[in-house]
Amino acid sequence: MSILGLYNYWIVIILMMAGLYILIARYNLIKKMIGLGVFQTSIFYLYISLGKVQGGSAPILADGVTVYSNPLPHVLILTAIVVGVATTAVALALIVRIYESYNTIEEDEIKAIEALERDL
Amino acid sequence: MISDQLPALVIVIPMLAAPLCVLVRKPIVCWAIALVANFLVVLSAWALFEKVREDGVIRYALGGWAAPTGIEYYVDMMNATMLLLVSFISCVTLVYAYKSVSKTVLTSKHYLFYAAWMLCLTGLLGISITGDAFNVFVFLEISSLSMYMLIAFGTDRRALTASFRYLIMGSIGASFILIGIGFLYAATGALNMVDLAQRIPDAESQRAVLVAFSFLTIGLMIKSAVFPLHGWLANAYQHSPIAVTAFLAGTATKVSLYVLLRFFFSIFGPDYSFGAMLLNVVLLPAAVAGFVLLSLVAIFQSDLRRMLAYSSVAQIGYIIAAFCLASQSGLTAGIVHIINHGIIKTALFMSVGCILYKVGHTHSHSLDNLMQKMPLTVTAFILSGLGLIGVPLTVGFVSKFSLISAAMERGWWMVGALVLLSSLFAIVYIGRVVEIMLFRKSRTETPAPVGRSEAPLMMLVPMYVLIGISIWFGVSGSTTLSVAADAAAALLGGYQ
Repeated sequence: MSILGLYNYWIVIILMMAGLYILIARYNLIKKMIGLGVFQTSIFYLYISLGKVQGGSAPILADGVTVYSNPLPHVLILTAIVVGVATTAVALALIVRIYESYNTIEEDEIKAIEALERDL
Repeated sequence: MISDQLPALVIVIPMLAAPLCVLVRKPIVCWAIALVANFLVVLSAWALFEKVREDGVIRYALGGWAAPTGIEYYVDMMNATMLLLVSFISCVTLVYAYKSVSKTVLTSKHYLFYAAWMLCLTGLLGISITGDAFNVFVFLEISSLSMYMLIAFGTDRRALTASFRYLIMGSIGASFILIGIGFLYAATGALNMVDLAQRIPDAESQRAVLVAFSFLTIGLMIKSAVFPLHGWLANAYQHSPIAVTAFLAGTATKVSLYVLLRFFFSIFGPDYSFGAMLLNVVLLPAAVAGFVLLSLVAIFQSDLRRMLAYSSVAQIGYIIAAFCLASQSGLTAGIVHIINHGIIKTALFMSVGCILYKVGHTHSHSLDNLMQKMPLTVTAFILSGLGLIGVPLTVGFVSKFSLISAAMERGWWMVGALVLLSSLFAIVYIGRVVEIMLFRKSRTETPAPVGRSEAPLMMLVPMYVLIGISIWFGVSGSTTLSVAADAAAALLGGYQ
């Protein structure tokens, strides 16, 4: 019961590890960004799960409702989502510039080009 | 009246200057706006510093919402010092930046450069002043995102990849900090740092606090480039525009170190961090390995900027080692080195920037006889280099002396000895470059007559202002030491 009852946290862990793995293991810069996106999304889930109160309703005053979910983590995560969007935008802009100047977005190829430049 | 609003003004002024730059677009006007804004921030930070020094802690409720509901700005001696240091270094570097940026960055992009600079300053000051844990993350991302942008302004295309790698590492670090803050909130139900500090002792037995502590440790280690996690730093320092490097070296990692101090000492408390969690088992080896190995690595770098970047990681090692002592004298040594190294490294990168401006590259092996061509720049490099090594009467001596004596107090003889060893390495890597600039004859058969051609005055003056300050702080070490001692006492005393 306790393991199944915490299933949203299992999702968080799986997403977090998957994202981090993509981030480390993939050479393609776009795929790296996808990994970062998955990783950040898992944190959003974590925060939203924190705010859920068993049987609680939306935090709006209404008759007959006594238990409310905590709205604060949701508000926090709205900010974090905006930050995540900004990070992705900056990263994609950088990838465009990298593609324009290196003609590739594979990190191993970029590294090879840079190693060649250093020897010159 | 206005003096009551100082904590907000420090953030609001640069934050408004950024969109203003984007609207105006004319390079020189943007620079002037940024500079005036930055100067006002320095004045506010100075006033705040004096006020905190006389009247004690300032707690400012943002928007009039009191602490648990609203966001609070909490200013004690520790962050008043950081505010002053960051805003001052930024102001001096901004004066310096104009010439070097005009030369390397496309004129049509200048307004974006200064806007990003102002946003970055906003973020760094915000991290330093806020008393709310989640607010730290928000400001951290504001400063980092604009920092990635500033780095990508570098002339070399490797600046782009350096910026991208920093973005990946920085985002992972910031996400870890976010996870840590989330777990802290789950365990205590508080985001305000003062409340957190009060509630953590009761929640210490919870697994969530332990997890939060680990995530925050790793995240902050990445952000402040502590030894095994410093990978992003060297490329970022080497390829970004030199003014940005000077700004970054003096402020960004220092502010992250401040956050580390705030979390470990004010929020978790030294008894928990260094007692129950055995933090120094992790941090001390990393710090010591950092300052020994990276000083050694710096010797073999042929590019001046890369050499100084590795030396920066080594200096962060000293600061972390001083924190690990977790005593009044240890913290004083660490904080004094944050101040001193911020000033010295900025001055060093400025002198390298002058060389870059005139010579066009920073490969140490072809700077023969630079002394004849650029005596003022080389003198500046030597003066601040001596400070980095820690020769008596320089700031480096003040911080290393207090670090070693604090280590001796604790009986950590090995740490003291290794600090001396890494100082010897510093003599080698600075001395090697100085030897080339002063004495080595040109390798060409008939050396062309070398005329003097100095960097512009607008670059030399800010550099010498910093060097003048570093000499003042070096000769009268008590000025910074007393400030640092007050800051350390504020950290160890916990929240009032």
